[in-house]
Amino acid sequence: MVPLSWYLITSALLFCIGLYGVFARRNAVAVLMSIELMLNAVNLNLVAFWRFQTPTRPVGLAFAVFVLVVAAAEAAVGLALILSIYRQRKHIVVEDLDLLKL
Amino acid sequence: MTYVVFGLFGILTLGGGILVVTSRNLVRAAASLVLSFFGIAGLYVLLEAGFMAAAQILIYIGAIAILIIFAVMLTQRVAAGNRVAMNSQWPWALLVSALTFALLVYIINIVWPLGIRAENVPVLAADPTRGLGMALVDWGQYVLPFEVASILLLGAMVGSIFIAREQHDD
Amino acid sequence: MDRELLNLLPILVPIPPLAAFFLIVLFTNRVRWLSHTIAVLATIISLGFGVVLLVNGLSMGAHDLAHHPIGNTIEWLPIDGFSNWLQMGAMTDPLTMGMLFFVPTAIFCIIFYSIGYMGYGTEHEDRDYSRFFAFLSLFAAGMFTLVVADNLLLLFVGWEVMGLCSYLLIGFWYDKNYDDPDKTTPRQAAVKAFITTRIGDVIMLLGIAYLYTQTGTLSFAAILRDEQVLHQLATTLVPGMGISIAGLIGLLLFAGTVGKSAQFPLHVWLPDAMEGPTPVSAMIHSAAMVSAGVYMIVRMFPLLSAGWEHGGPPTAPMVAMGLIGAFTALFASTIALAQNDVKRVLAYSTIAQLGYMVAALGIGAYIAAAFHLITHAFFKALLFLGSGSIIHGMEHGAHHANDHHTDAQDMLNMGGLRTKMPWTFWTFLIGGLALSGLPLVTAGFWSKDEILAESFYAMTHGAGGLAPLGAWVFILLAVSAALTAFYTMRQIGLIFWGKPRTKLSKHAHESSWTMILPLVILAFFAITAGWMGIPDDFMGLELGEINFFHHFAGASLVVHPEGITFNWIPLLTSVFVVLLGLGGGYLIYWKEPVKAGEPDPLVKPLGRLYTVLHNKYYFDEFYQAAFVEPTKWVAAKVVYEWMDRGIIDGILHFVGRTTGGIATYVRLFDVHVINGGVDWLKDRFLDGAREFRTIQAGKIQEYMWLSLLIGCAFAYLLIFVLSR
Repeated sequence: MVPLSWYLITSALLFCIGLYGVFARRNAVAVLMSIELMLNAVNLNLVAFWRFQTPTRPVGLAFAVFVLVVAAAEAAVGLALILSIYRQRKHIVVEDLDLLKL
Repeated sequence: MTYVVFGLFGILTLGGGILVVTSRNLVRAAASLVLSFFGIAGLYVLLEAGFMAAAQILIYIGAIAILIIFAVMLTQRVAAGNRVAMNSQWPWALLVSALTFALLVYIINIVWPLGIRAENVPVLAADPTRGLGMALVDWGQYVLPFEVASILLLGAMVGSIFIAREQHDD
Repeated sequence: MDRELLNLLPILVPIPPLAAFFLIVLFTNRVRWLSHTIAVLATIISLGFGVVLLVNGLSMGAHDLAHHPIGNTIEWLPIDGFSNWLQMGAMTDPLTMGMLFFVPTAIFCIIFYSIGYMGYGTEHEDRDYSRFFAFLSLFAAGMFTLVVADNLLLLFVGWEVMGLCSYLLIGFWYDKNYDDPDKTTPRQAAVKAFITTRIGDVIMLLGIAYLYTQTGTLSFAAILRDEQVLHQLATTLVPGMGISIAGLIGLLLFAGTVGKSAQFPLHVWLPDAMEGPTPVSAMIHSAAMVSAGVYMIVRMFPLLSAGWEHGGPPTAPMVAMGLIGAFTALFASTIALAQNDVKRVLAYSTIAQLGYMVAALGIGAYIAAAFHLITHAFFKALLFLGSGSIIHGMEHGAHHANDHHTDAQDMLNMGGLRTKMPWTFWTFLIGGLALSGLPLVTAGFWSKDEILAESFYAMTHGAGGLAPLGAWVFILLAVSAALTAFYTMRQIGLIFWGKPRTKLSKHAHESSWTMILPLVILAFFAITAGWMGIPDDFMGLELGEINFFHHFAGASLVVHPEGITFNWIPLLTSVFVVLLGLGGGYLIYWKEPVKAGEPDPLVKPLGRLYTVLHNKYYFDEFYQAAFVEPTKWVAAKVVYEWMDRGIIDGILHFVGRTTGGIATYVRLFDVHVINGGVDWLKDRFLDGAREFRTIQAGKIQEYMWLSLLIGCAFAYLLIFVLSR
């Protein structure tokens, strides 16, 4: 079987790719997609740890399922927010959404 | 053999991920996202987590990715063409992400040294999917978080309908 | 009652107010009568739980209850791969029992009173009526959580919830501005309270973390009732510092109390907290918030005093508590002499009374501190709600006389309210006499007397450092008691005696019954609460075991504290100073009431000292100059000009220029080969530099990567340090 560290490295790389997307993308939908990547990286981590550390107890799997639920909720609410912002401002460029600026 | 499959799915996952964060065209980015999700599902299969693989395909690809594609279509003016994908600080973002990755690799390497061969992989429980299902409804384990999760989903559904609804000025 | 069911009760105590908070915020926000009904009902339910627990606890007996506290613990968070669990739960031992009765009672009175105070059903009804009750409920939930917590972590959660609520409630009238730019606005007061208490909280969190690393648990039962653990902590020294681990943890935890209970030098936030609505002041000053600080050190007393034997040399935290507490008591009492705002006088008296409790713990008088905490909560809630009623009456007068420039809270503008507001007068008088400690009748006398007696005992019988500490505490507290009696008489004289000095007080009238009823309830307890702590051998009489509180609450400790034998000297001192203060106040303020336009009779004899006292020893000015201005300067000069514009911009400019320079050079060398790529890179960098030149604010992505960059830098630094 492929060693645990390989999965961990894959997941870390995927996480950092997502991180880069969150930091650098202008479009809010793209930022959301990058967040989904990061959540997936976390899930991969959880499942990998479950398989290698506690395969007899479903701790990792259960947590992965909850992350899945939270990801779905986050996607729904996030996209709804983006839609409503788009209706008001006719764009969704994250950089220019600085209403909270003093 | 498993190494080859792992490599394939790994490349699918990471390559998809890179395309997601770099494509100018958002529809292409969303398609790459599906690709990346599929790669992850493959990795789950390698990890003998069949249920997670199925859930990944159903929920991520079947629901979330489709949702995102809808959002792209609703917010994108087709005539706008390809605009700049990155903000002005992308070099910094790249640097910080690379630093974080190096840090993670460093830590992983301390605890689980990078090696070729996995040693002492423990044996899987007889039926992990059944175990998971029991655990989620077991009074002593995850039934409370499970119920809370369902409330969270309901709340998210109601909330997103409320937020995304057309506001009629009256 | 079934024990299983009973064990569930403690954790249920904070639930109703918490539920009330969410109900009001989410659903009943627009229906005002429903909002306050929910808030009041929730407190009544909590009070009911408290009473059930109290009845059952009493029937069990103090000893049994202390060894088997009512409550439940669950395994909450696995540590070290499931081998060890962080426990989480609620419990009630004898000490909690005392709190579980008085906290809900006082909170009930305050919330009920708020219905009248926020002007329900009148033209003065507050704009954010429901929000007020939501926050009060959350505040109550925080305090109940703190009281029933069986570990330091849960206690800290309640502690922080209250910190948040005090911020929200002090700044409740957030859009209020004053004509006088030097006067503190509610916004500023809220920020000040939050930041000042935060200083203490951070230090306290350090103490909690240190305790956890040393013992591996935060549960009270595992630390405070285990003599082996305590002994271990008391005898091991912290490497590099000449102090035991228990001593250091005790000092760190005590810092939390200094912030929360407004002890010197972090006392500055409490008087400004007056900017909130009066029920909030009552809440902060009596049942919640400041009580929490004292409750925490009472609860942790076995740790703070680990290694101390009755009458032996005090530990480091005890010395700190004795010195700071007694000093704060005297210091705040002197300031209270020269304040004219009715609520500010009470605020400084709260600081002084908290100083009493802290000082009592410093000399090891655990029971006396807890006892004074309870009696004080009753009469201070009474006094604050009474002052709210007075202000309400005055504002009604202002409305009637159409005069909105005279300060309705200035005592020099009052006078003669005795006949206008009889109910308020009588209850306020009871509260004031309890605060002064009128002998034999009032609750304040019994608890103060116990503290003085204990400190006198420490002075005469203490070994090592305890004797001088006891003397310091005894003398300072006695002087402070005289001052307390004096300024209370001054306050009552100025408010109620003589003739009305302005139109406001002339047209003042009694408040509605929703405000009077809580006053009457609290006045009842302000007298009777003291009777449960009458010493067994008071005045040398053989009264049997009447000191109920001592025997009951004392059982919370592993070593049951010995009662001290009766001594005439502290009793006579206590009676003498109280009568001295009351008499002085009577002669100056009651016999010849201040007339309109006259200055305070104290101005002349005290001279310049009066100005110093009136300005609270210039502590606010000092802090402003010493801490606030430098911080602003650093923020403006160092962070903004130097770091943001200098370093970060500088790097980008440098990178931009260098890349640009190289690009120019390369273009000269071979224009056609690398032209596009480098040019593109150069332009991007220059764009970046241009972006950075503008003031940076509001760009969320930039905040994110910047904070992660700093996080990474720290992580690398840590790795670098550890690997060496």
